[in-house]
Amino acid sequence: MSKIIASAAIRGAHKIAKRAEENLKEALKKHGPDKKVEFPNTGYYLPVIYGITGMAVSTLGDMEKVLAYSKSLLPSVPSEKVWLPYLAPALDAGMATLFMDEIIEAIKYVESPPYTMSSEPTDDNLWLGAADDVIMRERGIEFVDGSAPGFAACVGAAPTNEIAVKIARELQEKNIYVFMSASADGKSMAEQLKEEGIQMGWETRLVPFGKDITATVFSAGFATRAALSFGGVKPGDFRKVLLYNKNRIFAFVLALGEVEDEKYAQAVGAVNYGFPTIADTDIPQILPTGICTYEHVVSNIPHDKLVERAIEVRGLKVQVTKIDIPVAYGSAFEGERIRGEDTYVEFGGTKTHAFEFLRMKEMDEVENGKIEVVGKDIDDIKEGERLPLGVVIDVAGRKMQEDFESVLERQVHHMINGAEGIFHMGQRNIIWVRVSKKAKNAGFKFHHFGKILIAKLAADYPAIVDKAQVTIYTDLEKVDRMMEEARKTYRHRDERVRGMTDENVDTFYSCTLCQSFAPNHVCIITPERLGLCGAYNWLDGKAAYEINPTGPNQPVKKGDTIDAVKGQWKNVNEFVFAKSNQSLERFNAYSMMEDPMTSCGCFECVVAVLPMTNGVMIVNREFPEMTPCGMKFSTLAGTVGGGVQLPGFIGIGRQYITSKKFISADGGLKRLVWMPKELKDTLRSELQKRAEEEGVSDFVDKIADETVATTEEEVIAHMQKVSHPALEMPPMF
Amino acid sequence: MKKQSKNGESKFYPAASTQTSCTASAKMIDKAKKDGAETAFERVASLKSCSFGSGGTCCKICSMGPCRVTETRTGVCGATASTVAARNFARMIAAGAAAHSDHAREVIFTFIATAKGEAPGYEIKNETKLHALAKVFDINIEGKDKNQIALELGEKALAEMGKQQGETTLVKQAPEKRQERWRREGISPRGVDREIVETMHRTHMGVDQDYKNILLHGCRTSLADGWGGSMMATELQDILFGIPTPVRSKVNLGVLKENQVNLIVHGHEPLLSEMIVAAARDPELIKEAKKAGAKGINIAGICCTANELLMRKGIPVAGNFLQQELAICTGAVDAMVVDVQCIMQSLPTVAKCYHTEVITTSAKGKILGATHMEFDHHKAPEVAKDIVRRAIKNYSKRGKVDIPKEVIELVAGFSHETIKYLLGGRFRASYRPLNDNIINGRIRGVVGVVGCNNPRVKHDYVHTTVVKELIANNVLVLVTGCAAISCAKEGLLIPEAAELAGAGLREVCEAVGIPPVLHCGSCVDNSRILMAASEIVKEGGLGEDLDEIPAAGCAPEWMSEKAVAIGQYFVSSGVPVGFGVSFPTTNSEVLSDYLFKEIEETTGGKWFYEPNPVEMAKILIKNIDKKRKALGIDREKERVLYDMEMRRDLEIV
Repeated sequence: MSKIIASAAIRGAHKIAKRAEENLKEALKKHGPDKKVEFPNTGYYLPVIYGITGMAVSTLGDMEKVLAYSKSLLPSVPSEKVWLPYLAPALDAGMATLFMDEIIEAIKYVESPPYTMSSEPTDDNLWLGAADDVIMRERGIEFVDGSAPGFAACVGAAPTNEIAVKIARELQEKNIYVFMSASADGKSMAEQLKEEGIQMGWETRLVPFGKDITATVFSAGFATRAALSFGGVKPGDFRKVLLYNKNRIFAFVLALGEVEDEKYAQAVGAVNYGFPTIADTDIPQILPTGICTYEHVVSNIPHDKLVERAIEVRGLKVQVTKIDIPVAYGSAFEGERIRGEDTYVEFGGTKTHAFEFLRMKEMDEVENGKIEVVGKDIDDIKEGERLPLGVVIDVAGRKMQEDFESVLERQVHHMINGAEGIFHMGQRNIIWVRVSKKAKNAGFKFHHFGKILIAKLAADYPAIVDKAQVTIYTDLEKVDRMMEEARKTYRHRDERVRGMTDENVDTFYSCTLCQSFAPNHVCIITPERLGLCGAYNWLDGKAAYEINPTGPNQPVKKGDTIDAVKGQWKNVNEFVFAKSNQSLERFNAYSMMEDPMTSCGCFECVVAVLPMTNGVMIVNREFPEMTPCGMKFSTLAGTVGGGVQLPGFIGIGRQYITSKKFISADGGLKRLVWMPKELKDTLRSELQKRAEEEGVSDFVDKIADETVATTEEEVIAHMQKVSHPALEMPPMF
Repeated sequence: MKKQSKNGESKFYPAASTQTSCTASAKMIDKAKKDGAETAFERVASLKSCSFGSGGTCCKICSMGPCRVTETRTGVCGATASTVAARNFARMIAAGAAAHSDHAREVIFTFIATAKGEAPGYEIKNETKLHALAKVFDINIEGKDKNQIALELGEKALAEMGKQQGETTLVKQAPEKRQERWRREGISPRGVDREIVETMHRTHMGVDQDYKNILLHGCRTSLADGWGGSMMATELQDILFGIPTPVRSKVNLGVLKENQVNLIVHGHEPLLSEMIVAAARDPELIKEAKKAGAKGINIAGICCTANELLMRKGIPVAGNFLQQELAICTGAVDAMVVDVQCIMQSLPTVAKCYHTEVITTSAKGKILGATHMEFDHHKAPEVAKDIVRRAIKNYSKRGKVDIPKEVIELVAGFSHETIKYLLGGRFRASYRPLNDNIINGRIRGVVGVVGCNNPRVKHDYVHTTVVKELIANNVLVLVTGCAAISCAKEGLLIPEAAELAGAGLREVCEAVGIPPVLHCGSCVDNSRILMAASEIVKEGGLGEDLDEIPAAGCAPEWMSEKAVAIGQYFVSSGVPVGFGVSFPTTNSEVLSDYLFKEIEETTGGKWFYEPNPVEMAKILIKNIDKKRKALGIDREKERVLYDMEMRRDLEIV
C-alpha cells in the first residue's frame, strides 16, 4: 500500500536531512561560508537545486538557504489511523531529498572527491560522480534525436553478478543508458559488472555514478540539465523542468535488492520527474496513474522480465532491429573498446589494406540479402592474425540517388560498431576493425558483417533502400582491386561536394529535429553550412527528406535573394517565420552579428564576439577551461541555446569553421582570434587551406589559444605581437 | 408511541430510530420527549405538508387567490399550472441566491474594512489567492501592498453585486465553451442583485407567463449565485481566513464536553465565529472559565458555521441542521450563538427546558425569546469576547447533563486548490492524476452530494446510503453542507473508509491517502465544486465543457431554497442534479418535464427526482456512464507506448 511507501520515503527524507545538516555544519566549520562548491565543469551549479528552485549554489554558505527550504518541505510521517493525505507531502519530501543529496554530494567535491572526474572508470576507482556539461551535451543529443530513449537509474545490486550483467546487456541492447548508484547488502550493480570484466563509462552507456545512495541524484541532475539546456526551460520553472522530463526523457528507476527508507525517498523524488520505480523485491505498489505516465511503483518483477516491464511501465516504445548474429547488438556497444590482447582478428588500421564502399546499383543487379565472403573466414585463421578487408555494399532502390551513397556509407561505422565484441573506426579506406576473441567464441563469422549491414539498412532507410547485398573480401588481391574502384568513386564524390556551394543549389534543408526540445529553433542546412550539431549536412538533409517526406528535414526553396552577402532569402525567411512559431522574422546564414541563426542546445562549438579584439573566439564543447570571453563553454552554452537570436553569439558545427561561408558577412575566417589548441590542431590542415584561400597563409598560428591567452587582454596582446589581420579589419559593430 | 401534548391532544409519534440513522440524535429525540422539549422530529409527525404547495401549484402572489391550480384548472388570472410552478420555482432560486449573496455582501464589507484597517482582529491572510483573484479582476498589483490590493478588490467585488450590464466577472473561471453556451442562450449572468430583482419582477402578478422564459431567467439568477455571490463569498473568505487544507477533527454530539463551557456556533457566516474561536483561546477568558468551575472553553459548530470552522480551523462539529435542537437537549450547551440561515425559531423554546442561552447576532436575524448581541466587524473581537463571557456565566446554571457518547473522527479541508496540491505535491500539482484515473476507469466519475436535512425523510440515512452506494461503485464523492456532516458521522470522511469503496477508487484513495468522500466545505462553498469541475475540464482529456465530464450532483435530504438555487446553478452549468424528499414542481407535468428533460438542450444539465437513495445512486451512475460513453472512455484502452516521434508530439505546458 502506498502509505507504507509514503511513510518510508518521508522517514528517508528526514534521515538524508540529518546527514546533510551534519555534513554542512562540519564543512562550514572547516571551510567557512565563502568556500566555493561546484560539480565539475557545469554551468548549472547544483543542477537539481538550480533547475527546480532557481537558487544558484556556488558557496557553502549558499547551501544553508537551500537546506532550510528543503527542511520546510519535510512533512511528518503519516499517522497510523485517520491519516492526512500523504502522496503530496511525500512527493515534496522526495524533491527535498534530491536537493539535500546534492548538498551532500557537493560537499564531497569540496574536499577530495571520491570520483574519477572522467568519463570512464580508472584502474583504482570505479565511480565517475556527476556528469559534466561536455558529457551531458554530447549524450544529451542522443536523447533529443531519440537514439537513446532514456535511462535506467539502477539503485542497489542484483542478486548475482550474472543477473546484473544480463540486466545491463538488455538495457544496452535497447539503447537505454544505465546509471548506477547505491548498494544492496554492501554491493552495487556497478561493482558486479566490474567483477565480470564489463567495460563501463559513458561510451558504453554503463555509468557508475557512486556507491552512496545520495549519488542517485546525479541521474536527476542529468535529467534536469537536459530540460534546461535542450528544452530552453528557465531555472526555477520547476513545472516545466519536470513535465519536460515526463514527456521527453523516458527514464525509470530499477530498485535492485532491499529498498530502505533512503531509497524510497529517492524513488519518490524521481516520481516528481515522471520516472517510475520498478523493483525486483516484494515492496508495496502504487498503480494509479497521473504523475508518471502509467504506474508509479511496480514491484516483485522477476529479473528476466524486469527490463521489459520497466519499459512498459514507463510507456516507452523501443524499436530495436533484431539482427540475427551471435553477439548482442545496440548503440551502447559502439563505445566498447577491444584491446589488443582480446583481439582474435584485426583488419586495416594502417597495418593491412581495408576499406568499405557503398554503391548504388540497378534493381536487377542486386539480390536482396545476398552475402558473400571472398577469401578466408574467421575459422580459417589463427588467433591474432591480421587480414585485409573489403566491405562492398550494393544498394538498389527506386528512390535511391548517387548522392545518398556517401550518406549511407558513413553509417557503416555505427552499424558495424554496434555489435558487441566488434570494434570499428574510420571510414572509406582508412578503417580499422577488430573482432574480439569473445565474439569469435560466440560464433561470429565474417558474413555476420553483411547480416548487420543489410538488416540495419533495411530498418533505418526503408524509403531509399529496397535491396542490399554485401560482399566481404579478405583476399588481398581482390581487396586491392576493389579498393581501386572505390578510390575512384571517393575522389568523384569529393569533387562533387567541393563543387557544391550555396549558390549552385536552389534548395536548402531545414532541420527541426530539436523542436521538441527547443520549440522555436529551426536549423537551415546549406551545402556550406552544416547543422550546428555537426550530425547533419546538406546531403543528409536531402536523404532524410527522401526517407521521411513529412519528417523534421524539409526542403526549403531559397526563392528571391534579399541579401547575397549576409545570406538572406525570401522563402527561407518565410519558412523560418512559420516554423519558429512566428518568433523569427529574418535570418542571415552568414552573419553572427545581424539576425543570426538560432541554436537548440546541441551545437558542437560556440562562436562569440570578443569586442575589444575586433574578432571572434570559438570554443568547442570538449574544452572545459575558462575562455577569453569570461565564460566557460558550459555557461556560454546556457546563454546561446533555446532558440533565440542573440547577435554576437552563434552555435555551430565544427565543419562550418573551415567553410568559405564561415561568418563571411562579418569578415570571415580572418576574424578568428582565439580557439582551443586541440581544436586548432585537429582542424589545422583545413584551416591552413582556407587561410591560403583568404590570402593569409601564416594565419593559423596567429590564432591565439589557451597556451598564450586566457583573457581578452591577453588575446589582444598576442594579436598585436603577431599582427593578427582582425586588427586591421573594419569594426565588427 | 403515544404522547399527551401540552394542550391535551393525543399525537402519534414514530420511533426515533425510524426518524434518524444517527444514534446520538435518536437518543436526544427520546430525551427531548421526556424533557417536554418539542423538536422538529415531533412537529413533523403531526404536520402534513400542503400538497399544492409541495408540488408547486399554489399561487398566492395576488389577492384574487390564493389559487390552487392544476393542469386542468388555471388560476383566477388564467395562470396555468406550469406558469405558477415556474414562478414559485424561480422565486425559490431567487431566495436561495439572495441568501448566499447577502452572505457574500457581509464578507465583502468586512473585507473592505479589513483592507482599510478598520476591522480589528481580521487580516488579509492569503496573499497568493489575493493576487490570483486580483488578476481575474484585472487589478494591477505592481508595487501595491496587500491591503491596497484588497481594498481595490473589495470595492470591485462590491460593485459586482449590483452590476447592471455585461457579465459578472467570475464567470471567466468557467471553461471557455461553457461561457459561450451561456452567452448563446442569453443566460450569462449580470450582478446577482439585478438578477434577483428581475426574478421578483418577472414573477409578480401578470408579467412573465411563459414557463420556459421564466426558467431561463431562473438559470441566469442561479448562475449569478453560483459563479457570482456564492463564489465571491468563498473566495474572499479564503483570502481572509486562509484556504482550507486537510485537517483532522471530530463530529457528533459527543464533542460536547461535560466539564467545559460549551459554546455552539450555528448558522452560516464565519465572520463572527472565527472571532469567537479566537476569543475562546484567550488566556484571560480561559481563566474566567476556570474560575467558573469549568476546565476550559469548548467551541463546537452546527450547520455550515461548523463546516467553515472545521475546514479552516479543525473545530469539532456537534451536528447538522436537524441536531440544532437536540444539541440543546444535552443540557450541556451553555450558549448557542446563531447568525443567519437554517436557524429554527424553536431554539429559544427548546432552550427554555434547559439552561442554554440562545444568542442571535445578525441584524438580519432576530428571534423572539433569544438574546440579541449584534455583530459588528468594527469591533468583532469585543463582541466575541462578550459572547464567550456570557457562555461562561451561564455554565454555573447547568442542570443535569446527558451528552451522547457518539463521536467519531473525520478529515476535512478539501478546497479545489488543495485537491490540486494533493494530487501532485508542490512541484507537480495538477488535476492530471484525477483525470487520468477517471479516463482509465479506476474512478467512474465524480458526484457532489450536498444539501440539508429534512425530517420528512430519515435523517442522515438518505445521504449516507446514496454515498455508500456511490463509492462502492467507484464514484468519488464531494460533499458540502449538512450532507457532509451526515457522512462524517457515518465514518465516511476518514481515509480508512476507502475500504468501503470499489477496487478502483480504493486504489486511488490509497495512493493519495484520501477518504473516498471529500469534504469541500459549507453550502456556499459549492462554488468550490464548480471550480474543481472547471479544473478537470482545463486539465484535458474529459471534454471541453462541464456537461461532458462524468459528473453529477444531488441533494437527497434537501429542504431550503438555497438547495434549489444550488441545484439550479449546477443544472445551468451542465450537470445533472437529483433531489430526494420531494420536488417542488411535480404538480405541473409540463414544467417538470421541461426541468427533467428539455432544459438539457439549453444548459446541458437537467433535474431528476428520486426519493429512494439506492435508486438515486443508480440514476447518478447511469448519468455518469452515459457521459463516459460519449467521451469514448467506457471501454478499457490499450496501453499506449511512445516512440520518439510520439514523444515529440507531447506538449509540455
